[in-house]
Amino acid sequence: MKSYSRNKRTSSLIVNISLALICFLWILPTIGLLVSSFRTSRAIAESGWWYILPHQAWVKISEMPAPTGTDPDKPITIEGVSATFEQFRAGVEANGKRLKWEGNRRLGTIFVEEQRWTMDTRFTLDNYRAVILGDQFQEKQADGTSRQIQGNDIGPSMINTAVVAIPSTILPILIAAFAAYAFSWMNFIGRKILFVAVVALLVVPLQVAMVPILRDFARLEINGSYLAVWLAHVTFGLPLATYLLYNYISQLPRETMEAAYIDGASHFTTFTRLVLPLSVPALASFAIFQFIWVWNDFLVSLIFLGPSGNLRVMTARLTDMIGSRGQDWHYLTAGAFVTMLVPLIVFFSMQRYFIRGLLAGSVKG
Amino acid sequence: MSTTSSYGFRPTRLFTALIMLAIVIAALYIGFDLLRAQAVPERTDALAKFAQSVFDNATPAGKLINGIFAILLGVGGMAALFWAANGVVEELPETPKRWLLPYVFVGPMAVLLIFLYIIPTIRTVILSFYDRDGEIFVGLQNYIDTFTVSDMWDSFRNTILWIVLGTFFCVSLGLLIATLADRSKFETVARAIVFMPMAISFVGAAVIFRFIYYYAPEGSNQIGLLNAIVTTLGGEPQAWLQYNQPWNNLWLIIVVVWMQTGFCMVIFSAALKGVPEELLEAGRIDGATELRIFFNILLPYIWGTIVTVTTTIIIFMLKIFDLVMGMTGGQFSTEVIGTQFYRQLFANRNIGWGAAIATLLLIAVIPVMAYNLRQLAQNRK
Repeated sequence: MKSYSRNKRTSSLIVNISLALICFLWILPTIGLLVSSFRTSRAIAESGWWYILPHQAWVKISEMPAPTGTDPDKPITIEGVSATFEQFRAGVEANGKRLKWEGNRRLGTIFVEEQRWTMDTRFTLDNYRAVILGDQFQEKQADGTSRQIQGNDIGPSMINTAVVAIPSTILPILIAAFAAYAFSWMNFIGRKILFVAVVALLVVPLQVAMVPILRDFARLEINGSYLAVWLAHVTFGLPLATYLLYNYISQLPRETMEAAYIDGASHFTTFTRLVLPLSVPALASFAIFQFIWVWNDFLVSLIFLGPSGNLRVMTARLTDMIGSRGQDWHYLTAGAFVTMLVPLIVFFSMQRYFIRGLLAGSVKG
Repeated sequence: MSTTSSYGFRPTRLFTALIMLAIVIAALYIGFDLLRAQAVPERTDALAKFAQSVFDNATPAGKLINGIFAILLGVGGMAALFWAANGVVEELPETPKRWLLPYVFVGPMAVLLIFLYIIPTIRTVILSFYDRDGEIFVGLQNYIDTFTVSDMWDSFRNTILWIVLGTFFCVSLGLLIATLADRSKFETVARAIVFMPMAISFVGAAVIFRFIYYYAPEGSNQIGLLNAIVTTLGGEPQAWLQYNQPWNNLWLIIVVVWMQTGFCMVIFSAALKGVPEELLEAGRIDGATELRIFFNILLPYIWGTIVTVTTTIIIFMLKIFDLVMGMTGGQFSTEVIGTQFYRQLFANRNIGWGAAIATLLLIAVIPVMAYNLRQLAQNRK
């Protein structure tokens, strides 16, 4: 028995260590993004984001003017150390110190550096300002000069994303809840075939329907307006919404329903006063699922709102930035974090509902 | 609660209800036309002028007004439509009412699914036999073309790589983490951490991992995590996303594994909770190692869940699009079927090819669809 419990303890230690390792690997990318988004462009260009942790590095302790009028062919001697100019440019180590020549050959400064524990704390909020707003601003360059930069305008495109995402979340729920009620508690011709269609459509990739819809919308002149994206998102979300809500609403106790009908309640009243309030958990599960999906969507809004223009959503704007500012990591990381903010808040505050929605949906296969 | 139905048929009330419905439909039409007018700048009628002046999308304030208006219109309009349509049917005599009421409830869903999902799907299949403008019948030519052009081959090969490797890693890692978490006190925290990337968009994830894979020439500061590790260990920095084709696809697949493993883990966690404790205890008392318990008891018990999760992930990998666009834009032979669909349709303006690629996607999911429908028929019995 004793060895059994000791075995158990070592195995639980192994379990926890491997789990900790996996969690570390999993969270590292996001932390890297978050940290980088607050670092100055210069700091990002000079060192990896992990340099914000304590590490040993050469730190300047004093400086002196560089010797002038030296012979270009001969080694230069500074503080008893001889080396060529190029070597000094790169830094020469001696007696635990490092001499480094900053500036050009004729007008330079010698930095005397020592190995010390240090942290890189060059943090700033400017990245976020530059990414969210659209106005012009000055940015300090790595070489000390500054230049005029056009803001990246993610703030306004966040409004667009919200206008796309909120109705695209509420409408499928509303429409699907009505339909789920009809499937559960009403008899009508075509009920079976419609439900079969819902289940069949669960797995049909939305790309399959896109080409003809796009042509129809072009004819109706609604491409490029919110209307087009809503219709697309609502339709593509409906099969799953109907299926999930049907599974829930059809399981509501029959007696409760019948009591309402006997009291003379119409279907509409029963639905709005009784079924909707009772279905809040299921509605919330789907709502979170759909909201995060629509907020993060790129393809549907790219196709129906277009890659540019005033109404484009955040993901389109960020993709654009990857193309135009591919090396400006201080902007890209801040921009990416702005796009992630809302889904992450929703996710962490309502994780339980989100998971419940996934579990219910996974039945679909 | 409303008891209108018991009063019997009253034509005047029906007339009022019809007027209400007409008003709602008219208001919706005008509202939607206001939204639409913004997308058509060349329109000069009074309504369009009004829309363009009030909803100036170039300024944040105008955008906000427009946004609030649009949300209220979309959500409120739909609710009003249900309410008004129900109002009309409620005023009808008993028999037509009983016939029509279900269609008020199920109608909007049916209309949307039929006209924006089912019919377009059929039309896509038909369009795939037509030329690039969708006008001249070309038979199987689009399919022959897609199977003989070399960059299409690239994308077929890559999609298979995604499906095989991506699904394998997602499912097996998800199962591993779920099993580990099930035995740990820190289950909730661990699950939240692994699950979190699901809330991140593909484009956001693309930025995160482009930064991790970032390549700077040898000798300069390696600010990308992966190359920093490689150079610290004495290796040479690599341009991960560009060289070693087609295996560079693996670096993209890793990103999606990072994002989707959480999904598998959550579902497996729930399934593992359903394994009866006695079964596991019995195994332990018989002296079975944890590994044997896993393979001989747990795995068979949750096999059904594994199959479901695997098919879900396969369908997911089949449709991969955003991530490739964000990571490489399809360069360096990382094109997949999803990006080819977009490229043929928009960059090449070839409707026939776009439709043919979409039809291939449809054919790929038909086995799963058939399986689901069979399950549905069995449950009905």
